[in-house]
Amino acid sequence: MAVYKRTYRGYSGALMPTWSRFLVLYRFARRTMFRSKFQTAFFVLCFFFPLLCLLGIYANAHLSAFSFLGRQSGPFLKIDGSFFIVYMSVQSSLAFLLTAFLGPGLVSPDLANGALTLYLCRPLSRTEYVLGKMAVLVITLSWITWVPGLVLFFTQASMESGWLGAHTALATGILVGSFLWILVLSLLSLALSAWVKWRIIAGALLLAIFFMGAGFGQAINAVLQTHQGYLLDIARLITIVEQYFFRDGSTQPFSVTEASIALLAFAACCLMLLMRKVRPNEVIE
Amino acid sequence: MDLSTQTAPTEALAQPGASARQRPPVIELENLTVRLGKREVLRNISCSLRGRTIGLLGPNGAGKSTLINTLLGFWPVTAGAAHVFGSDIRTDTKKIRAQIGYMPENDAFISKMSAVSFIRLMAELSGLPPTTALERAHEALFYVGLGEARYRKLGTYSLGMKQLAKLAQAIAHGPKLLILDEPTNGLDPPARQRMIRLVKEMRDSGEMHIVLCSHLLRDVEETCEEVVILKDGQVVHYSNLEEERRSNLRFLELELQDHSDNFRTAIENLGCECAPAPGNRLKVILAENVGVEDVYRIAAEQNVQLRRLNFRRDTLEDIFLKAMENGNGRL
Repeated sequence: MAVYKRTYRGYSGALMPTWSRFLVLYRFARRTMFRSKFQTAFFVLCFFFPLLCLLGIYANAHLSAFSFLGRQSGPFLKIDGSFFIVYMSVQSSLAFLLTAFLGPGLVSPDLANGALTLYLCRPLSRTEYVLGKMAVLVITLSWITWVPGLVLFFTQASMESGWLGAHTALATGILVGSFLWILVLSLLSLALSAWVKWRIIAGALLLAIFFMGAGFGQAINAVLQTHQGYLLDIARLITIVEQYFFRDGSTQPFSVTEASIALLAFAACCLMLLMRKVRPNEVIE
Repeated sequence: MDLSTQTAPTEALAQPGASARQRPPVIELENLTVRLGKREVLRNISCSLRGRTIGLLGPNGAGKSTLINTLLGFWPVTAGAAHVFGSDIRTDTKKIRAQIGYMPENDAFISKMSAVSFIRLMAELSGLPPTTALERAHEALFYVGLGEARYRKLGTYSLGMKQLAKLAQAIAHGPKLLILDEPTNGLDPPARQRMIRLVKEMRDSGEMHIVLCSHLLRDVEETCEEVVILKDGQVVHYSNLEEERRSNLRFLELELQDHSDNFRTAIENLGCECAPAPGNRLKVILAENVGVEDVYRIAAEQNVQLRRLNFRRDTLEDIFLKAMENGNGRL
């Protein structure tokens, strides 16, 4: 219909498949995210360390190219579990900061003026809504965690014969550690976004939950002479899981199974809180 | 992304010329009961609505919004059944929602989004491909009269503009059933007139059915064919306004200058029914082939002066007030 005619007409054309509707939310949120110059710059900055690691791996395997510098000895980097623990620590911290910028603005604008009703009166379920919003964080954080991590892993594998067979667990560690971290961060930031209207406060709360949780856990341990306080330290729980796969010898207060269960329970609590808010209407009993 | 072969359903729409009785039901309720918490908000509602425009009336707390929310699948059905275009609301929620456009009563927008982006988002969520969704978002905004303001952020809109934006998002994907919850709320008279005109235009386009939920009887009377009045979660009155308008044309109330038995007899001889009323008034039900001009002709022949001639018609207000009356005649 030409705009000037301004008459109503129905629609009988093709429709997109129902399963793909949640991706619409991802596309719109991504567009909003990259409209901010700061967030775009920070996202680009997150690739700096993986790039540095990649250069390190390349240089490590091609030492002859640096002979003009007078270096004669063997490889200067040992690419093993410790290397990837450092990589994961740096990238996880950056992922955390990126989530603190992105997460709080995902759900709250939909709740602030009742737009959620309009989402859910369409062929889109509450689960698909949450999936769509989660996809924004999951895809964005994947780009800076496990994707470059696996690139580093396979680059090293391609440069040193026999390395892949001896270090397969590292790839699993990168994947499992990243997914757990992304899952916990995504659900926590979405839950905070749903319950806290102000973006800055929601971001600050995200930081507080991680840092104060760790501090509170230490206090419990000191007062009650126990190790159970570490259950409040999310970052430590994830480190326990990662270190299991990276074969780090350090002793931990919990087994990998206990840490995984604690993390999944935390994620389930966040999901429950989120779903309580993601409703088209409030019931007044 | 590939487009599926799925297309917007068209079979649900009735022929524009068909009378309400000939159309397939739009909404069918069979002993529908909805309980929210401990409160039974809808109680054993049964009706079959076929009109092109259906008015939903009732005082606050009557259950109008709950009924709409139940049809949209927001509240679970406690007992009974409800069908929209023949689809069960318990099992075919997504199919039903794909055919519905909903304009809620309360604010519903994302304040930092431009109107065109917001409506495009909503159209895409309804299944339209991105390019088509953008095109229809522009069209919908021009149609409702927000063409010039379509790039403005929704948070900067006035109340009337927000109402129109809500209407635009409800029609952008070309729904077969448009549910309007208090569409004229907070509008000034010209804006209200514009909204009513848009509703009438959409009704007359024959492309959709409309459910209008309003407290304003005048809005419903101007636009609707059928009216359902709810009270305390129950249907207290159903009225086909279209048929009543037609039948009311046969009822006359005459006021004469002086009482005249001859005039009454002459009218009865035409096959009409007459009943005297106080104050030289006469109530007449016209026969099939008798028109008002025949009444004037007889009055001239009998030299009777007609002081007043009314079509005796119950207004929607009369109907509503009767429906709201308790057994003791009080509201």
